[in-house]
Amino acid sequence: MAKHHVTTTVNRQPVELLCDTSETLLDVLRDELGLTGSKEGCGSGDCGACSVLMDGRLVCACLVLAVEATGHEITTIEGIAEGNTLHPIQQQFLEDAALQCGICTPGFVVAAKALLDRNPDPTETEVRFWLAGNLCRCTGYDKIVRAVLTAAAKMREEAVHG
Amino acid sequence: MNAVEYAKPQSIDDAIRALNNAPAGARVLAGGTDLLVQLRAGHVRPPVIVDLKGIAELRRIEVTATGFRIGAAVAGAELGEHAQFAAEWPGVTEAFHLIGSTQIQGRATMGGNLCNASPAADSVPALIAAGARCVIVGASGTREVAVEEVVSGPGKTTLAKGEFISEFLIARRQAHSGDAYLRFIPRTEMDIAVASAGVCLTLDDKGLCTAARVSLGAVAPTALLVADCAKALIGTSLDDAALAKLAAAASAACAPINDKRGTIEFRTKVAGVLARRAATIAAQRARGN
Amino acid sequence: MGNEKEALKAGIEQGTYKWVGTRPIRPDGADKVTGRAAFGADLDLPGMVTGTVLRSPHAHARIRSIDTSAARALPGVLAVVTGADFPELPNEVAAGGEAPINFRHISENVIARAKVLYDGHAVAAVAATSAEIAAEALSRIKVDYEVLPHVIDVLDAMREDAPVLHEGLITNGVEPAPTKASNIAGRVEFAMGDVAQGFAEAEIIIERSYTTAAVHQGYIEPHACVASVTADGAATIWCSSQGQFMVREFCSKVLSMDIGNIRVTPAEIGGGFGGKTTVYLEPLAVALAQRSGRPVHMVMTRSEVFRASGPTSGTHVHIKLGAKRDGSFVAGEMELKYQAGAFPGSPAFLGGMTGFSCYEIPHAKAVCWDVVSNRPKCAAYRAPGAPMASFGVESAIDELAQQLNMDPLELRLKNAAKTGTRTIYGPKFLEIGYAETLQAAKAHPHWSAPLGPNQGRGIASGFWFNIGGQSSAAVHVNENGSVSVVTGNPDIGGSRASMAIMAAEVLGMDLDQVKPVIGDTGQIAYSFLTGGSRVTFATGMAVVQAAENVVEQLRQRAAKLWKIDVEHVIWRDGAAHCTKADEAARAPLSLAEIAHQAGRTGGPISGGVSINAAGAGPGFGTHICDVEVDPETGGVKVLRYTAIQDVGRAIHPSYVEGQLQGGAVQGIGWALNEEYVYDAKGRLQNAGFLDYRMPVCSDLPMIDTVLVEVPNPAHPYGVRGVGEVPIVPPLAAVANAVSRAAGLRMTDLPLSPPRLLAAIDGAKAAG
Repeated sequence: MAKHHVTTTVNRQPVELLCDTSETLLDVLRDELGLTGSKEGCGSGDCGACSVLMDGRLVCACLVLAVEATGHEITTIEGIAEGNTLHPIQQQFLEDAALQCGICTPGFVVAAKALLDRNPDPTETEVRFWLAGNLCRCTGYDKIVRAVLTAAAKMREEAVHG
Repeated sequence: MNAVEYAKPQSIDDAIRALNNAPAGARVLAGGTDLLVQLRAGHVRPPVIVDLKGIAELRRIEVTATGFRIGAAVAGAELGEHAQFAAEWPGVTEAFHLIGSTQIQGRATMGGNLCNASPAADSVPALIAAGARCVIVGASGTREVAVEEVVSGPGKTTLAKGEFISEFLIARRQAHSGDAYLRFIPRTEMDIAVASAGVCLTLDDKGLCTAARVSLGAVAPTALLVADCAKALIGTSLDDAALAKLAAAASAACAPINDKRGTIEFRTKVAGVLARRAATIAAQRARGN
Repeated sequence: MGNEKEALKAGIEQGTYKWVGTRPIRPDGADKVTGRAAFGADLDLPGMVTGTVLRSPHAHARIRSIDTSAARALPGVLAVVTGADFPELPNEVAAGGEAPINFRHISENVIARAKVLYDGHAVAAVAATSAEIAAEALSRIKVDYEVLPHVIDVLDAMREDAPVLHEGLITNGVEPAPTKASNIAGRVEFAMGDVAQGFAEAEIIIERSYTTAAVHQGYIEPHACVASVTADGAATIWCSSQGQFMVREFCSKVLSMDIGNIRVTPAEIGGGFGGKTTVYLEPLAVALAQRSGRPVHMVMTRSEVFRASGPTSGTHVHIKLGAKRDGSFVAGEMELKYQAGAFPGSPAFLGGMTGFSCYEIPHAKAVCWDVVSNRPKCAAYRAPGAPMASFGVESAIDELAQQLNMDPLELRLKNAAKTGTRTIYGPKFLEIGYAETLQAAKAHPHWSAPLGPNQGRGIASGFWFNIGGQSSAAVHVNENGSVSVVTGNPDIGGSRASMAIMAAEVLGMDLDQVKPVIGDTGQIAYSFLTGGSRVTFATGMAVVQAAENVVEQLRQRAAKLWKIDVEHVIWRDGAAHCTKADEAARAPLSLAEIAHQAGRTGGPISGGVSINAAGAGPGFGTHICDVEVDPETGGVKVLRYTAIQDVGRAIHPSYVEGQLQGGAVQGIGWALNEEYVYDAKGRLQNAGFLDYRMPVCSDLPMIDTVLVEVPNPAHPYGVRGVGEVPIVPPLAAVANAVSRAAGLRMTDLPLSPPRLLAAIDGAKAAG
């Protein structure tokens, strides 16, 4: 059959593309749209390196068919910063050295944003369980969890005084 | 190397038609968290994928005076956000919530979890304990069956060709009733249940158990509804002796396998422990209701 | 120059540094939090096609024939290669970083020749215009296998009647040499003193066997590369690896290509931990690129990573430890049997060298066996070989402490290696900080915190040599006085930051004016790979020397501008200062001013050095772990964890802490759940993250760290390697905690719930 014509929104920009049924959202983000910030660590939804937001909801792009993106709004790691201004979570990851090799970092940033969008004041336990679908092998998670908690505190502060 | 077709019907009738006209091997897509993994691994290559998420009835949660109707394609995260359902059926809610990560919760559906027909599916023992039924639609009409009748073996269901589940029916919580679900996994998240137990029970005014349903997962080819477990509880005040009897009955009902996730001995023993612990939680909830 | 050296030494003593020991934002950070950093799989080239590998479904089989004609006939297939397309190499053993390398084995691991030796062994590779066509092509390749009996377990593989993997494999290191081939590739022995006499003096002896499972490094980025070959035969490879020069050398051997015809550009690397110190895909990609005329992109699936890249050895470890009643160790003996995987080369000998090295033991012996079996060839994994031997030793010490009713920390302190302690492998320790880690543990509130029911506390220590080796660095001064620091080592965990810090410290300049760059094999001189905890030490030393060389030039340029002798110029705070008595009032010349006028004083200013760094300071760590055991399910929860290590000097403490935390958690995974599970046919059953079970975020508490700083005198800033040590103590720290919580000694890893529950129930049944 012919390829599907998909019309969707990626990082606030309208996007059109052609894909086969068996292509995943991750495949087209990386290979068609050049958005290689979403990483493929497993292809089975077990590592979270391809985490993106679909209508604001956290999903693994490897577990979404590209054709399913039709009519939805997708946000990838490339859409988290506002221009050259890093999102507070990104900034805190840098300040707290919450990354070593950096391959899992895009997924963690997107997942953490989804959490703080819903819950601006999570406990450590809530952060840990929310991020349990994102594997990191370098950091032991300590600095990541701290960065998310600190970013949350700073964002709350900003919301009050901003 | 035939291409995979994709259909996204907007109504149940269109979906039935699409499935009925499809060649053998067509697959229904709800959350896709199992199907996409199988596709990617090359384990399946269906001629057509019928995406059910375009059908409004399958995406909604309805509350009536007598019960909840939960669309089969409602994602875990969506159900988790339904405060009333979570308050009335905490066990089912927790069970569904235990399926995979936050990311998986954004996609995984009750219909998919059941029809994937894994013996270890988390939501299934909780649904069976809750006495949930499902509405199955197909070319030959609509039928309603108990959840425990849907799966016939690992990877196998009793659904006929072209049939799919449209929604789940779960009663409103009765007075002095409570449910709970526990599973054992080696980690705290991201694992498949090695053994699991769902318990739903009702107490009378004096605290005696008048009704109970106990279901076990990952200890047999399908999730089990264990009558002996219910018997161990009914008529008791859920004292230690009754709970010990429950655990023994649960272990006795197990027919597990040895595999990479656990041993026969481990599953058999832990199923009893989990049944006892889940019953304790369910009883606390029932007493509070 | 003399002034500069003295300033550095003074700095070590006083700890008065501008940048060393601070926590600036890493130079490559912004790209990594925004998704812009390009890792191995992220490169896209015009005309690029996909390469895919056909892998053996059998653990052990002879390849009778391979028919690729149907695959070649498929439209879109551009090239197909099998083992026959690669040169057959002689047995050529070269010195690797931590273990010798045989290029014949590297080649046969990249693609099988006469036999497949494990589930996942590559047998053919295809380049095609799409991933789908490539997959279809693989399904059309017909391999005629004669399935052979296989062997998975190390003890089984050592049996007389075991199926033999390599018909010509005669055990190395045994006198007289055996006449028959076996799976025992080699035996190595280390000894000091007289163990028989030592055990005769012992008043108490602990003797036990321990096992550990094969575990994978578990880096999140799968192996990935792109290779492109020009019509005149020059190959360029972009890949994520722990060493671009390693990839160049290994590819040149496997492909019999001139090393000068291969250029390797390092991509960002998404974790390695030793697992990316060899090649898997790169030679295949080059071979496919040669035949297709197109750039070939290859990425492993996660399943391929588990099945076909190197985990570390599963082991059988036997420990005998003798002591006096007062707790002083008198004799230690270990026999180590390590799985090498399908080809010789396990790190058993490293286990033998490290296992007892935390302690002063007068009589010690280690016998190490290297054993092949039908598993993927093991690769380095963080302190290769050390954690398994150490697990046995540190468990035995814990048991000894229990039997002597002694505090396990005090027992270790009593026997701790110190300056002058002789190692089993020969040299005596110079300045080391092991006892300091124990003192820090004792002083830490964790050590004396109360425990609840079903809870237990474990302590264990670990040692790693750390290595130096060949490194190159170049410091280029830009026209505005900013500098580039070029090195040849992939940045796997923040080393750009430490290189920039050290250069800025020497030059006395602002850190944000220093841009670290990882050069490709054509841009910087040879550097041994990123591994062995060597980069901050050895490459850091090269950076310091290159920067010192630049300082020397800057002083000369200033002297020239001032028209005075260079000995009257000192370099301080990023500027040249005149010390000549009558001209001391001259305004200092800044780096920017000198750089700006470089054209007038002799041209660009640039310093490059290549060194073979010696004097890597050994590292020691001590970890404390609290767990709670669920006695009804065997479930284990890690409640609290503290990692303490002598790090010499932390250049960027955050990334040093990160090494301790990450290593500790990998060790926790090793101890609790991770393992390779094979079925009866020798097929890997858990080749995915779901069932391999690495620790997830919710499994863990915060990992507290204490950085003990006993400077390494061989490094200008006192650096010791830090990356390897932290994976050594956790196996025993966790197992000792679980053993104490459950009230029984657990000797087999992983301490998975079925195993622990069976032990608990077994102990109950035995009364």
